[in-house]
Amino acid sequence: MLAFSEKSIVKLNVNGENVTVMINPSYTLLHVLREELGLTGTKPGCENGDCGACTVLVDGWPIKSCLMLAAEAIGHQIVTVEGLKNAPIQKSFVENWGFQCGYCTSGFLMVCHALKNIHPDANDFVIEQWLQSNLCRCTGYGEIKNAVKAVLENRI
Amino acid sequence: MGYIIGKNIVRKEAFNKVTGTAKYTDDFITTGIYHAELLISPYAHAKIINIDIFEAVSSTGVKTIITGSDINVLCGPLLDDMPPLAKEKVRYHGEPVAMVVADCEQNAKAAVAKINVQYQPLQVVNSVLNALKENTVIIHENLQQYKKNVPDVYPEANSNICSHVKIRKGDQQKGWQDSEIIVESSFTLPQSDHAAMETRTAQCEILPNGRVIISSSTQAPFSVKEQINKTFQVPIGVIDVNVFFVGGGFGGKVPVQLEILAYIASKAVDGHAVKIVNNREKDMITSPGKIGLEANMKIGAKKNGKIMAAEMHFNVDCGGYAEIGPRIAKAIAVDCAGPYNIENISCDVLCVYTNHPVATSFRGFGHTSQAFCIERMLDKLAAALNIDPLEIRMINALVEGNYSPTQVKITLSNTGNFGECLNKLKTLINWDEGQRIEENNNLVRAKGIGCFIKTSDSPTNAISGVLLTFNSDGSINLNCGVVEIGPGMKTTAAQILAEKMKMDIGRIHVKMEVDTQTSPVHWKTVASMTTYMVGRAVLSAAEDLIRQLLNAAATVFKCAPEDLEVADEKVFLKTDLQTYLTLKDIVHGYQYQNGNSVVGQIMGRGSFIMNQLTFLDKETGLGKAGPYWTVGAQAVEIEFDTQQHTYRILKAATVVDAGKVLNPKTVKGVLMGGMCMGLGLGTSESFIYDTEGIVQNTSFRTYKMMRYGENPDYLIDFVETPQIDAPYGSRGLAEHGIIGIPAALANAISVAAHVDIINLPITPEQIWRLKAGVQV
Ligand code: FES
Ligand code: FES
Repeated sequence: MLAFSEKSIVKLNVNGENVTVMINPSYTLLHVLREELGLTGTKPGCENGDCGACTVLVDGWPIKSCLMLAAEAIGHQIVTVEGLKNAPIQKSFVENWGFQCGYCTSGFLMVCHALKNIHPDANDFVIEQWLQSNLCRCTGYGEIKNAVKAVLENRI
Repeated sequence: MGYIIGKNIVRKEAFNKVTGTAKYTDDFITTGIYHAELLISPYAHAKIINIDIFEAVSSTGVKTIITGSDINVLCGPLLDDMPPLAKEKVRYHGEPVAMVVADCEQNAKAAVAKINVQYQPLQVVNSVLNALKENTVIIHENLQQYKKNVPDVYPEANSNICSHVKIRKGDQQKGWQDSEIIVESSFTLPQSDHAAMETRTAQCEILPNGRVIISSSTQAPFSVKEQINKTFQVPIGVIDVNVFFVGGGFGGKVPVQLEILAYIASKAVDGHAVKIVNNREKDMITSPGKIGLEANMKIGAKKNGKIMAAEMHFNVDCGGYAEIGPRIAKAIAVDCAGPYNIENISCDVLCVYTNHPVATSFRGFGHTSQAFCIERMLDKLAAALNIDPLEIRMINALVEGNYSPTQVKITLSNTGNFGECLNKLKTLINWDEGQRIEENNNLVRAKGIGCFIKTSDSPTNAISGVLLTFNSDGSINLNCGVVEIGPGMKTTAAQILAEKMKMDIGRIHVKMEVDTQTSPVHWKTVASMTTYMVGRAVLSAAEDLIRQLLNAAATVFKCAPEDLEVADEKVFLKTDLQTYLTLKDIVHGYQYQNGNSVVGQIMGRGSFIMNQLTFLDKETGLGKAGPYWTVGAQAVEIEFDTQQHTYRILKAATVVDAGKVLNPKTVKGVLMGGMCMGLGLGTSESFIYDTEGIVQNTSFRTYKMMRYGENPDYLIDFVETPQIDAPYGSRGLAEHGIIGIPAALANAISVAAHVDIINLPITPEQIWRLKAGVQV
């Protein structure tokens, strides 16, 4: 088990690159991504695990980065919205009007992207189970549904 | 017409928003910036006996600690009743009491925990009803001494009433005499939260040369300037407010609160840059939310359904401070009759202080609450007379030649065609199949209707402006003071310009950020007025450009400007389309072959000011509050389980008279978002207080909003009755999706469960209590 109390230098793997950062043991992954690495596409919405705006992929699974300590991310592959690089879901969100203010968007993109990889055959029930982790206050979710379905059905 | 109007235009910043590169206020990571953290009141009403900061001051990293006694100002948009940090007493749960400025967030938080405040709890005014009782506790002892920032706010001495708006239209006595049936009811609607996904945040730095640089997640950067100027006597010209993308506003980012605190904090540390960021809890209770409302309504009608008279009492719960509450009271009064023609109206709207969190503008600006009451009344009247609910709305529908409650004449242009909205709704929701249909397994499918009418209640002199410059390739830069909070207004502005210039919208570059030093003033990005106001300014700026382009080309061609025309980035000779100048060759001056140059840089200016608006008469409400109305009809279809008292929402429908739909997918998106939020208000959203006025649900775990999959199928249709003075006939349309939805849901459930819904939100428990006759 890792144990440290002062600021320490750790290695993380973010968006396919190894980075070295100095962290406090109490820093969340969200904090480190934004404040130390400048990856501000990942958003704080509640810092309490309720909104999903901070979702990133950890070894391919959507994880709320406000609930994970940066120290726990050592040895895992982190992907943020900045690491998506022309994923079909991004285009699909644009073409289906899947956002307005865009603040929740990174989080939704990460969940949808992982869903497509992990459950390419997801039915409506599975989609719902996955996407209920996130909140959007601007859209009525209809467009997000269209966007994720277009990707699952390989229409993008 | 129709070059680009009516087409689905992807918002300009779309790809930045799906790559995480679109920057919001708190995304600019600055090393060395100080953090301000608030200590908030754990009481709803209490005297502050003592604030002990001794231990906190010497806490690691602390630069300074500020409390109410350090600041001698009061602020507020209408009435100066609010100290930035509580002074002597606290008036709501969550009110800022002290502010720590430290080198980082962690240290600021640690220091806040070391401040010791001694309170003496006072009796809590926990409802409007209590606030209005005789000999009740007075929340603002010095109400009459507060400075008014506008003439039309009317605080009442020795009371908790911070304003009173009256409507007196027609002849009450005659109205009631002519009535053959009278329906009465009261309603109670709770306070709730905007819950924009981005919490509110502000930063301030005061430069050695005196400039005050603020960045903020505000919908109203120019109000920030004004309030800082007014509150601290800083010359308005040195205040610069920068706004980037805003992560949802819904009215909640109009109040100027964190900006004032950031200014105070920066001032206290010699102008060093300081940022203040709401965590979710503070965003919900410390910063303003949505009003609560209590209403008593009485409607008189003929047996044929025609409404003859209405008497309405609305009491707005604005919380501990007035904020924009008196304006919401006015808005409720102005549209109190809904989209119906009522000749004889007596309406009183009080804006009432309570010890609840402060309320401010919220999507719909009071209309959602007002519509809930009038729309429930219409259904009750229909039931009492055994008339179809859609039919009774048709019978009373506002038409051209009627008069609004404030006695403005209704025209097709200034209001649209409400009857046609009802007609289309009837088809859209398949009304004719029946309002209540019993199905298998104790299930009932039912529909309810809720309609809306809304004008804005802007200042009578609200302005907007646009500046256009050219790039050397002939493309245009568009600069306006509108904030991009989500609905895509910047793209709409570009679309209107592209239509007018007859050019490709891809060649119009919109300045997304607002910088109040260089962007022309735009009143506020609120009230569904943006397209109208900035759209008019865009058109006037484009006309300015075109006039200059024609003159320039006329010089070159040695012809009259009238012989020329602008399109496709060219100036043509009308009689010979092969003879033209491309814009890029003239916009920065035209150069003859010998090197001589003429004309110079072409720039466009456009401006708009509201016209013909008036203050309302204090006694009768007579006057014109807004430039036009938008009307529409909505419905909700549910499936109700008669055993469990649970329900599912199957469909939500909206038909609105848009005048002209500029960008269909964008407009539909905004309407669907509104419907979804309206269903949130209908099903689950409300602040829950304990007996001492303490809000119990200050996180998204306990404050429930609609999530993916809980949303219904959305049905949307439009009527297009042009508004003559609006850009391409397009009526303002943004907030409206929310307005009639809670009412429509309540009407559907009332019919499905045979209950009388008079409160929100509608939980299965509430339905069960009503059915079983069990009191809370
Ligand atoms: S910020 Fe992580 S779930 Fe809301
Ligand atoms: S687009 Fe604004 S919160 Fe989802």
